[in-house]
Amino acid sequence: MAEEITLKVDGQPVKVPAGTVVAVAVAKAGKTSFRHSVTGQPRAPLCGMGICFECRVTINGQPHCRSCNTVCEEGMEVLTDE
Amino acid sequence: MNTTCDIAVIGAGIVGSSCAAECAAGGLKVLVIDRGPVGGGTTGSSMGHIVVMDDSEAQFALTSYSRRLWAELAERLPEQADYKVSGTLWIAADDEEMQEVHRKQKFYSERGIKVEVLDAAGIAKCEPNLRKNLAGGLRVPDDAVVYPPVAANFMLEQAKTKGAEVRTGVKVESISTQGDIVLADTSRVSAGIIINAAGCWSPDITPGLPVFRRKGHLVITDRYPGFLTHQTIELGYLKSAHSVTSDSIAFNIHPRKNGQMLIGSSRQADAGDTTIDPDLLRRMLIRAGEYVPSINRLSAIRAWTGHRPATPDKLPLIGPSLENQKIWLATGHEGLGITTSLGTGRILADLILKRPTAIPAAPYSPARLAKGDSRHG
Repeated sequence: MAEEITLKVDGQPVKVPAGTVVAVAVAKAGKTSFRHSVTGQPRAPLCGMGICFECRVTINGQPHCRSCNTVCEEGMEVLTDE
Repeated sequence: MNTTCDIAVIGAGIVGSSCAAECAAGGLKVLVIDRGPVGGGTTGSSMGHIVVMDDSEAQFALTSYSRRLWAELAERLPEQADYKVSGTLWIAADDEEMQEVHRKQKFYSERGIKVEVLDAAGIAKCEPNLRKNLAGGLRVPDDAVVYPPVAANFMLEQAKTKGAEVRTGVKVESISTQGDIVLADTSRVSAGIIINAAGCWSPDITPGLPVFRRKGHLVITDRYPGFLTHQTIELGYLKSAHSVTSDSIAFNIHPRKNGQMLIGSSRQADAGDTTIDPDLLRRMLIRAGEYVPSINRLSAIRAWTGHRPATPDKLPLIGPSLENQKIWLATGHEGLGITTSLGTGRILADLILKRPTAIPAAPYSPARLAKGDSRHG
C-alpha cells in the first residue's frame, strides 16, 4: 500500500497515494473546471501528458502549472480559478 | 483601372495609418496601399511602448509631443488596443547609472515631464520582483503601452470615415516617371502626393534612402498579472542598445494590460532575415533573469523577431524627399515608431496643408540628408 499524502485543493484537504499527479487530486476534490479560458469557458485536462495546457492550476502560488504532470507533495496548496 | 487621389500612403503600419488619418481629417482624399495586412511589418512585431526619450532635443520634442497626442487619442481607442498608462521605470544598477538617473531627472523636469527619482528601497517597493541590490531608478509615470496593430487599424478606420480607401495585399511595383504608382495588379494610382511610409521597405520605393534594418528579438509569456507593473528597462540600455554597429542585448520587460510579460530586447545591425538567433535569445533571457530572478518561473509562449527602420542620425525622415517633391517621406522611426507615429502624421499633414506645426519640423526634414549639410551628421 502506497504512502498517503495530504494536500489542499482550493483550501479543501485531499488525501492521495504518493506519486499521484495533481490533476487527480483536483478531480478527487470534485472539481470539474480547473481553470477558465480568456473568453470565460471552463477548462479541464485533455491530453494528460503536458501538451495541451488545459489543466493549468496555481500550485504553491505559482500560476500556470500543468496539473497533469506535477506530482503531489505533502502540504501542497493547489488553486483552481474558482 | 486608374485611381486618382490627393494622397497615396504606401505602408499600412502605424506611421502610414497615422498619416492617413491626419490627412483624411484635413479633408484630403486618401488611398492607403500595403503589400501585406494592416500593421503586418514592424508595427506587428514591436513592443508598443509610448515613451518620452532624451537622446537629443529633437527626439525629445517628437516623443513628448507624440505622447501628448496618444493621451488625447486614448479615450477613443478600442478596448482591444490595450492602451494603458503604466509608466516607465528606468533601472540603475550602480552608482554610475544613478548619475544618469539624476541627469535624466533634470532634463525631463526642466522640460515639464513628470518624473520621480527612486532609491534602492523605492525601486524595490515599486517592483518587488526586481533583484534586491539595485542602486535605484527613474519613474516616468505618464509613459504608456499600446497594442500597435489594433491602434493602426483604428486609425485607418477613422480615415475611412473621412472617405479614405485602404488596399491591403497589393504590392507597389514601381513609380512611373510621370509619378504614377504602378501596382502589382497593373492598376495605377495618380496621387498629388505620395507618402512613403513603408518603414524597413521604404528604400524599395525610394532607392538610396539611408534607412537600414536593425533586428530585434522578443519573447512573450503567459498571463501573470502584477508580476511587473511598469515598462521596466535597464539604464544600461542607453550604453548597449544605442551602439549602431554591434549586436547588443538589454533588459527590457513590458507588462501588457492582460498580464502577459513582453521580454526584450536585442539589436543587431544588418541582420537580414527574421530567423531567431537562439544564442542571442538565450543571452537576452539570461539578462532579464539578472534583473528579475523569478522570471525563470514564467512560461514563455512565443518568440519572434522584427526589423526596425533606422537612420544614421537616429531621427525619422518626415517631409518631402530630396529627389522628387511629389514623394514625401514618413519613415526611419527605428524603435520609437509606435510613440512617434502620431506626431509624424500630424506634422506631415500640417506641412502638406500648410498649417503651422506644433513643434519645429526641420530636425526631421529629409533635407538634412543633402550633401554638404552636416548639421545632423
